[in-house]
Amino acid sequence: MTPIVKVENLTKHFPIKKNALARRKAGNVKAVDGISFEIAPGETLGMVGESGCGKTTAGRTIIKLYEPTGGKIYFEGEDITEISPSAMRSYRSKMQIIFQDPFASLNPRHTIGRIIAAPFEIQNITPEGGVKRAVQTLMERVGLNPEHYNRFPHEFSGGQRQRIGIARSIALKPKFIVADEPVSALDVSIQAQIINLLDDLQTEFGMSFLFIAHDLSVVQHISDRVAVMYLGKIMEIAPTTDLYAAPHHPYTKALLSAVPVPDPQTERTRERILLHGDLPSPMNPPTGCVFNTRCWKAQDRCRIDEPELLQIGTSSVACHFPE
Amino acid sequence: MTRLLDINDLHVTFPTEDGNVKAVDGLSLTLDAGETVAIVGESGSGKTVTSLSVLGLHNKKRTRLTGEILVHSERGVVDVVSCDDEELRKLRGSAVAMIFQDPMSSLHPYYSIGNQLSEAYRVVTKASKKDALKRCVEMLDLVGIPEPQKRVKEYPHQFSGGMRQRVMIAMAIINNPRILIADEPTTALDVTVQAQILSLLKELQREFNMGILLITHDLGVVAEVADRVNVMYAGKVVERGTVDDIYYRPLAPYTMGLLSSIPSVYGKGTGRLSAIPGQPPSLISLPEGCSFASRCSFPSQVVGASCATDAPHLSEDEPGHFARCHLALADRRTAGAKFAAKGGTA
Amino acid sequence: MINYISRRLLYAAVILLLVSMAVYAIFQFLPFDPAALTCGKNCRPNLIAANRVRLGFDKPLWEQYWLFLSGIFVGRDYGVGSAAFSCSAPSLGYSFRQNACVTDLIKQALPVTLSLAIGALILWLIVGIGLGILAARFKDSPIDTGSTIFVLIGTSLPTFVTGLLLLIYLTLKNNIIPLNFDAYVSVFDNPSKFFMYFLLPWITLAFAFSAIYTRYTRSAVIETSGEDYIRTAWAKGLKSSVVLRKHTLRAALAPLTTLAGLDFAGLLGGAILTETIFNLPGLGRMSLKAVNDFDLPVVLATTLLAATIVVIMNLIVDLLYAVLDPRVRVG
Repeated sequence: MTPIVKVENLTKHFPIKKNALARRKAGNVKAVDGISFEIAPGETLGMVGESGCGKTTAGRTIIKLYEPTGGKIYFEGEDITEISPSAMRSYRSKMQIIFQDPFASLNPRHTIGRIIAAPFEIQNITPEGGVKRAVQTLMERVGLNPEHYNRFPHEFSGGQRQRIGIARSIALKPKFIVADEPVSALDVSIQAQIINLLDDLQTEFGMSFLFIAHDLSVVQHISDRVAVMYLGKIMEIAPTTDLYAAPHHPYTKALLSAVPVPDPQTERTRERILLHGDLPSPMNPPTGCVFNTRCWKAQDRCRIDEPELLQIGTSSVACHFPE
Repeated sequence: MTRLLDINDLHVTFPTEDGNVKAVDGLSLTLDAGETVAIVGESGSGKTVTSLSVLGLHNKKRTRLTGEILVHSERGVVDVVSCDDEELRKLRGSAVAMIFQDPMSSLHPYYSIGNQLSEAYRVVTKASKKDALKRCVEMLDLVGIPEPQKRVKEYPHQFSGGMRQRVMIAMAIINNPRILIADEPTTALDVTVQAQILSLLKELQREFNMGILLITHDLGVVAEVADRVNVMYAGKVVERGTVDDIYYRPLAPYTMGLLSSIPSVYGKGTGRLSAIPGQPPSLISLPEGCSFASRCSFPSQVVGASCATDAPHLSEDEPGHFARCHLALADRRTAGAKFAAKGGTA
Repeated sequence: MINYISRRLLYAAVILLLVSMAVYAIFQFLPFDPAALTCGKNCRPNLIAANRVRLGFDKPLWEQYWLFLSGIFVGRDYGVGSAAFSCSAPSLGYSFRQNACVTDLIKQALPVTLSLAIGALILWLIVGIGLGILAARFKDSPIDTGSTIFVLIGTSLPTFVTGLLLLIYLTLKNNIIPLNFDAYVSVFDNPSKFFMYFLLPWITLAFAFSAIYTRYTRSAVIETSGEDYIRTAWAKGLKSSVVLRKHTLRAALAPLTTLAGLDFAGLLGGAILTETIFNLPGLGRMSLKAVNDFDLPVVLATTLLAATIVVIMNLIVDLLYAVLDPRVRVG
């Protein structure tokens, strides 16, 4: 089966200029530095990592909100890496994004009806039964009261605003959605409502998700496979159950061990791997394996050779000394 | 046990044009030396304003405070609600210290770390500048900042988020306070850094026998560090007990709902989450009766009272384990029992 | 830091050069013949032609610019032979209208403008910042309301109205401040006379600025008071005076240096209205007169001077800001 999205060696570098007058580049932030993966139809790929690991940039580059610096992006088998913005428009109906901040991503001067109808307007589509009916059906589907069609974003709570964002992104029945931290701004009880909604929508419409989050529990719940990113690279990518049951990369292991579990007895008894130090600057990443500065297993080889993603069982792991 | 803090029937109200916002509605809690008491709740539950009022850091013009907040300091017992500004100022930093959610914005961008730390030390001890600086270096070393001699001269923007939270901790404990209030101390940090900071806090607590009042929304963090827990909803404590009471034998429907709605790394990972339906009520027009009634999943088979019209009281259902609910205890015990076996092995 | 300063100095020099080129070029494209403006009523074509050659207006533009530029550094003779006028460095040109080196004209006018601008700056900083802090500290009190009224009046009354009202009520009707017909005296020669001479102009000029600075200071102090690091300062147990002085004001007022520096630079170019109302022989009035008289060399020179002052003040403000805010000190 052709994957919905396939990414080969994707890179996105942001140039840093010291100041406006000096044209000289002071360096590159290697936000995404050569990542490859596929997402099958109907599949959810979770992408986890700490702030600055490049997961958000990766998500935005894949749907070409950013121009990639290198590598290839295929959508349903077609190369869309070099495609012009105008040609990209026809793809926009098939790929959508849900943003983290439900407060900032909705225009405060537009009614909910107008916000959700925007995709129809942009793509010049008149849905059956008219725009208003289509929008109200969508509102009902995501759990909003269709009578609130003429209200403004500020009249809604955070969870409801995220529902508005979701309604907008599924309006054209896309095949692929990038969900960029869709629940991290929400309270726990509301977060569960939104996760369930995304789950249901996927079952109903069969779309694929790239689910980006820093919360490992949420990612585990919703994903079929999970990719762990660190400093712009994929450290490990594996089916969810395997990754959480038997992490192979030391970083994955440390990350999982750092997550506090809502279970006091487990918390009292388990051994925790404490990573030392901070994330190195993505402007000047370590040579060899990017994780070597914080890894307790690092040897000389890790400081020189960059490990490739290698298959171990069902997992792909970029480590010289996998667990 | 040395008692450090008694909060008795605290009410915090913000008068607004639309009416009075009852942010905290009759809260009582205690904190002893060496223990960590957590206040857990979602946004709007009143947990942050409670923490701020202990130090008198709430906006005095826009807030009405009643009740008692008794701080047991070396100089005696002081009621934060009724004492004058000067008395309150003398409590701050010396008896009660605080760390905040966002270490990025909690340090003054214009002054060096050494300047800000030694200021905190000198306002209480009147030490000389030289002694204060020596103390700063010691403290930075204690909280695990490498090369403290060099870094004490640097500015906040030269530190990472985790390092800034370490600086905030150093600043908070520089005068050996008995009480440390930690308001979402790791919410803005990444998980690996969060783990570092939580382990540092536990270590420092053991060393100095501090009482920590932890404010958080993260049930994972609570499970890791708290001894006793207060679950807050819409300005009220709905359940109070030891950490095991809360996680394995919850008695309040809201606590059960909260525990079921978090996906766990070690949980099943499949199927739907049992979300709490609806939204928290507006604090301006709280419903008559139980604030949680409209979201509660229990059939309301209550004898002699009604969830819709009578507000339940916090009652001691088991020794040391309180819950605010009209429902029959036996029913709630049965419902809570499913959490006893929850959780797995790492 | 030294690296930063030297880099900024270099940029400032480059910008000044570009500005001088641009200003010079603009004046060449004006629909006036500079040679025709060098003689008065009895201009005849042959005299104009002779002047054109004598003053170098026949030379290519870049050569004229080069002569102008080198004049700034080494001085310049205008014309040749016995009819030549020599202006020593820094020479910005020669005014045939006033038969004087432009630099000398500026030297006479600059101290007046400088005195006016510095005095007004000090006055409006004291009043504006002071009132702003009081308004923020006692928010929603009668002091705050009073300051709001002051801000409203100050920002809506034009300078010429304030100036004339002050002149009428303080001087002409009540004689609180005696009218001064004397010429400008330096502060070093006769301080009391100097103060009497400038008092009304200072108040007039500072009035509008104070209102703007009050508004700015009030909102900056209120906004900064809500910052997390101010809450940290309170949590340390600092006295409220320390929280205000050391923590709040430092952060709230640092951006004010930029505002003050640029406003000051603007005034040094000439406070035309104030100088006109009070008949002060400063740069503003000089430029105005020069424009009315088609006195091109003076207009060119004052324009260039104003641009230079803005560039230099920008540099000073940026350097000052780097001292105040450690986050700017990079590289």
